Parts: sequence; structure tokens; C-alpha cells
Amino acid sequence: MTLGQAARLIDARGIDKTYATQAGDDVVALARVSFDVARGEFVTVVGPSGCGKSTLLKILAGILRRSSGELTLGGRPVDGPSRDIGVVFQAPVLLPWRTVMQNVLLPIDIQRQPRRAHEERARALVRMVGLDGFEDKYPGELSGGMQQRVGIARALVHDPSLLLMDEPFGALDAMTRESMNLELLRIWGESRKTVMLVTHSIPEAVFLADRVIVMSPRPGRISEIIDVDLPRPRSLEMINSAPFGVHVAAIRRHFQSLGALDA
Amino acid sequence: MSARGSTTRRTEIGLSILLFIAFVGGWEAAVRVFAVPAIVVPAPSAVMRALVAGLASGELVTHFWVTFAEVILGFVAGAGCGFAIGVMVGLFPLLERTVYPYVVAFQTLPKVAIAPIIVIWFGYGMTSKVVITATIAFFPVLANTIVGLRAVPREQVELMVAFTASRWQVFMMARLPQALPYVFVGLDIAIVLSVIGAIVGEFVGAQAGLGYLILQRNFHMDMAGVFAILIILSLMGIGLHLLVNAIQRRVVFWIDGAHDKVMGA
Ligand SMILES: Nc1ncnc2c1ncn2[C@@H]1O[C@H](COP(=O)(O)OP(=O)(O)OP(=O)(O)O)[C@@H](O)[C@H]1O
Ligand SMILES: [Mg+2]
Repeated sequence: MTLGQAARLIDARGIDKTYATQAGDDVVALARVSFDVARGEFVTVVGPSGCGKSTLLKILAGILRRSSGELTLGGRPVDGPSRDIGVVFQAPVLLPWRTVMQNVLLPIDIQRQPRRAHEERARALVRMVGLDGFEDKYPGELSGGMQQRVGIARALVHDPSLLLMDEPFGALDAMTRESMNLELLRIWGESRKTVMLVTHSIPEAVFLADRVIVMSPRPGRISEIIDVDLPRPRSLEMINSAPFGVHVAAIRRHFQSLGALDA
Repeated sequence: MSARGSTTRRTEIGLSILLFIAFVGGWEAAVRVFAVPAIVVPAPSAVMRALVAGLASGELVTHFWVTFAEVILGFVAGAGCGFAIGVMVGLFPLLERTVYPYVVAFQTLPKVAIAPIIVIWFGYGMTSKVVITATIAFFPVLANTIVGLRAVPREQVELMVAFTASRWQVFMMARLPQALPYVFVGLDIAIVLSVIGAIVGEFVGAQAGLGYLILQRNFHMDMAGVFAILIILSLMGIGLHLLVNAIQRRVVFWIDGAHDKVMGA
């Protein structure tokens, strides 16, 4: 299943999500969340911890049911997961009995495609995330950041047109993080994927995005969507440019006014 | 780190051998000094003589193979059923609420209490002992399989579902492998219980086997002979336990093999 041809890929109208908890009291994780994402767009999401970012991403991925609201993907209502999506969770969640390569090939196995046909692409992705030489290692032999990078390669192996990434670089050091940012922008630029990426880092959100969705906590709602009009392709020097600083400062101020300073 | 680890290991082994020698020596000395009658506690030297004599005459060997066969057949049957039913319960949660209570009720029956019935049903031959052993080996494997199949982290399932995995794929690719370490805990308990099961069965009614031989020798007040059998039995138990552990390390290799042990753990 592919995601259709309309220019607007994601269309979310008034999404609510209420969790029923063990204690019996309900937690409102998302309230009236509306936004859309154009095909080929790079959107980032920032917001304080617990404001519902992961919840939103899981609803988009079709693995968590929304309590109410309308959500379409390529014009079709979302009622389950799609083959054309690649996801990265906050935690790496690798299978410990599979090697790095076997973990990267998991979506291929699930979609019952021949591994042979995708092995080359998988190898290239493992190299891209800086893990060549580790193809046959097991997750227990990797650091947390390395495991997270395996998860990123896994999300790309079936060449999905939509990437949903939940703090994919959270476990990485600043240097690796910057190079992963550039790699992700390169892949996005070459393959015209649509990316929705959650991050705790405001500079990262600005650096990557066409638009930044700023969320406020309890109940999680969108408080602002900021257009980032920095030129593409982006380079690391831009981080020191004045327009970049203006965007970052605007988002920081926004958080401060909410009483929740983040990152 | 690893050099230090192996030194400690060697010291430990040395210590436990010393402890063994001290214990056996003390025992021998106590029996001689206090002139303990052989029908109460035999001297280690008498036990060794009985052991050698039993092995040389072939008597111990013949009965060993009978008991060993009962243990293995009963273990394979019981553990096999336990695993299979555990998998069914894992696949169909309905079974857990409908069938499992009866399984637990059966488990609360002391197997020793039903052993005489089983002997009447299946006769004095090996079959009844295999059945008794199987009923004992069954439950630990079943219970651990069920727990293990639930042990998959929720996020793992969510991730696989996000990549469009079916329920069956989640089961085969994540839940079943995740359950294996638990299954092996059950197998390890079951193999040791299996030895007990076979002996209990032979006590109730048998024509051969080490349990049968214990009763015979007890009847003739051959204490050294009984102790010799106990040595064989504990060696059988240890051997089977080590075998299960060796298989476990190969099958669930990801559990510790690759990692260095946690310091102080
Ligand atoms: N399975 C669940 N059951 C009940 N409540 C949940 C569940 N998952 C999340 N929540 C609640 O929903 C809210 C949003 O959680 P979510 O994980 O989406 O936050 P987040 O923005 O991703 O936070 P973080 O930045 O710390 O990852 C939190 O208040 C959390 O307590
Ligand atoms: Mg989160």
C-alpha cells in the first residue's frame, strides 16, 4: 500500500487521546491537535517531556487508536499501520537474538520479501549510520547510541515514503548527532521522503525542519507552528547565522512563557 | 579483569575440593572413633567398596539404565506437553481463563499421592514410572513457558506492528524467542524433578531401577549399598542439569555469553 498522490500527506483534524490508567483516572495526552504535513516536507515536533509527542507519533503510525478526531494519510483514514512508513522509537527496541544486519532487515522479513534483494541496501544503511564492521554483532555488544543507529537504519531499509522518528538522536553525542542530522537531510533530499521527527533539542528542530510544531503540556496541544525559512541545503555553519538564532530564541521564549524550559 | 576472574574461580574450586576432603575425612574418622554401627551410618570407605562392587558386578549398571530411561522418557513427554500447552495458552488467551485453572488444580495434587493409582493403571513396568515422571516434569515447563510468552516488552510489539507484523509474526519473531530463557528455567527444574519422579514411581511399585534397588538393599540393611546408589543418583541429577545448562547456553546465547559479567553481581 502506498500513500496516494495528493500534495497533502498527513491531515490531522482535532485529534484527542485519552489514556485509561490503572488507577482509574484518565490521562488526557492530546487535546484537539490539528495540523497537516505536505508530501516531501520535513516537520519537527518539540515540546516539554510528557506533552504527548510519542503518543502523537504512535497515532500517526497507526499503532495507537485516537480517542476522537480525523486523521488521513494520503487521503485515506488511518485505521492501522502502513507498509510505506518507517518508524524509529525513543528506545532502540532491537531483537537481542538478531545480529545488526538481521535487525535492520526486520521490516523486510515482516513484509515477507526476500532478504537477498535488500541485503545490499541494508549494508549501505549500516555503513551510513557509521556501523560498518558491526554487521554481525548482537545488540548486547553495542552501546546505546549504536543501538539507536541500528534502529534508524531499520526504519529506512524498506524505503518508506514517510518517516516517523521519535527522538532518534537522543542517545548520541553532539558530534555523531550532527553528522546523523546531515545524513538524514541528505537522504531526505535525495529520496523526497516526508519526515516527522520529535526532538528535545530546539536547535536541532530548527536546523532540520521546514516547519516546527511547538507543543504545550497537559493536556498536550499544539501551541504554535513555526515556519523555518532558512535556505536548503543546510550546513552546520548556518547554526551560527543570525536567522537561525532568531528562530531558536523565538521557540525558547515560547517555552519560557509556558513556564516549561526545555533543552 | 578476566585474569583476576579466573584466579578467583581457581581458588573457589580449590576451596570446595578441600571442603569435600575435610568432610569425607571427618565422616570416616567419626564413624571409626565412635564405632558407629554400619546399619546406622556406613563409613565412606564402605560406601566406596559397595559402589565399586555394584559397578563391577553390573547390578548398578543395569538398574541405572532402567531409571535413566524412565527419567529421560518421562522428562521428554512431560516437558514436551508442558511446552506445547504453554504455547497454545500463549496463542489463545481464552485457554488461559478456561483450561489453566484445571491445570493448576491438577498441579496442587501431590504426585506421590496419585503414584499408586498410576501404577495400577499402567502396571509395574517402565510405563507407569514414565507417566509419573511426566506428570511431575510437566508443570514447571508449562508455567515458565506461559510467563515467558508474556515477557515481550510492549514497545517491541508496537514496533513490529508498526512495520505491519501480523499477530502470528509477532508471536514467532518476538514472543517465542523471548520466552526461551524462561522455558529453560522450567526445563532445568523439570529435569531435576524428573529424577525424583522416577524414584518415587519405583518406590510405589517396580521390578527394576535404582529406586527398586534402594528398597531391596534397605530391606537387607545394606546401608553402604544404599549410599552407593545415592551417589549414582546425585551424579545422574548433576549430569542432566549440566546437560540442560549446556544446551541453554547454545540456544539462548544472547543472555550472557557475549557480555562481561556485571561486577559484584
Ligand atoms: N500507555 C499509557 N498509559 C497511560 N498513560 C500514558 C501511556 N503512555 C503515555 N501516557 C501519558 O500520556 C502523556 C504523554 O506521554 P508521551 O509519552 O506521549 O509524552 P512525550 O511527549 O513523548 O514525553 P517525552 O518527551 O518524555 O518522551 C504522559 O502524561 C503519560 O503519562
Ligand atoms: Mg516520548
